[in-house]
Amino acid sequence: MRELIKMVVVLTLLTTVSGGLLAGVRAATKDRIELQELNFVKGPVLKMLFKNASNDMIADRFTVKDGKNEVTVFPVVADGKVRYVAFASSGKGFGGDIGVMVGVDVETGKIYGAGVTTHSETPGIGSRAKSEPELVNSRFAGLPIEQEFKVKKDGGQIDAISGATYTSRGLCDAVTNAGKLYSKLEPIIKKKIENLHSS
Amino acid sequence: MAKSITQEFTKGLWAEVPPFRLVLGLCPTLAVTTKVENGIGMGLATTFVLVGSNILVSMLRNVIPSKVRIACFITIIATFVTIVQLLMQAYTYSLYLQLGIFIPLIVVNCIVLGRAEAFASKNSVILSIADALGIGIGYTLSLAAIAMVREALGAGTITLFGKSFVLFGHAFMPFTFMVQAPGAFICLGLMLCIMNMLGSK
Repeated sequence: MRELIKMVVVLTLLTTVSGGLLAGVRAATKDRIELQELNFVKGPVLKMLFKNASNDMIADRFTVKDGKNEVTVFPVVADGKVRYVAFASSGKGFGGDIGVMVGVDVETGKIYGAGVTTHSETPGIGSRAKSEPELVNSRFAGLPIEQEFKVKKDGGQIDAISGATYTSRGLCDAVTNAGKLYSKLEPIIKKKIENLHSS
Repeated sequence: MAKSITQEFTKGLWAEVPPFRLVLGLCPTLAVTTKVENGIGMGLATTFVLVGSNILVSMLRNVIPSKVRIACFITIIATFVTIVQLLMQAYTYSLYLQLGIFIPLIVVNCIVLGRAEAFASKNSVILSIADALGIGIGYTLSLAAIAMVREALGAGTITLFGKSFVLFGHAFMPFTFMVQAPGAFICLGLMLCIMNMLGSK
């Protein structure tokens, strides 16, 4: 009986201390990890989408509240003013969530560009959405963002990437979500941009 | 028989060097040694976990009840692995992306549990640190050696600190077989053979 109690006590103490330690380390590294993800995952996609940006999009980012969630918005300066904003969205693909960075023209409300940030699609098939960025960008660029995107097979307007219908559906979902988010947050985003201009 | 600290340290570098002598920890050995940088990164991450877990296991060796010792060891090891994972994510993100799933898999690396069970749970803290450092550095060097052979032959480069050094001229055709999975087995087998030939003298 004494041995049993000892086992329970030791294991409980050990796991409690481990849990506390891990929570501490996680809290201490959280901000840095976020920054690293921005630099290594979102940064390259932003640079690819906005080749003519004259500002550091990551450094200038701001957050907008959407209910409980916070959305990070990247303003893009071109010709001396904020012409585009970019933000991340996601949709369900073949192998899991597909993260998509969507860039919107602030004046016209049209999509400037879209690119995949994270995915777990089939290598060589769905993964082409990431490895051949033009496949995604060319399908969405120039379309008004506030609409329901669907692949042609489902009665929509987007050509599916050949062999990757599920991935294409995920992309459509992600961009549709981005549109919904944008129409909800547009006034706040525009106000923030005005503040950026005046500051 | 009590051995000195230096003996405990140096045995990990040659006499008990993990992938070649103990033939342990082969899964990451085979999987990540496609680039020298990855091999060294993996080795250092494992060394950190090994030192941390050996210290704790050795400190707690009289407290941990023998019936639940494996559960206790795994808890300690998993804690250190998660710390390493978070730190790598925070400070060496590109390496973290390269090593991917093999970082959390250090938990089930038999070297770490093996040293906890076979050494740290029976020896003092100082000796356990020496043992962990020896085995860890031996492991790192072995991974670097395998990776060097594989990368040099398979890609014609040596990648260190984010830079690739090209070894051969334009006429070199990379022997890409070496950086693929079967190449890992063949490379490891040949190196084991060389180690045994050297050792048998």
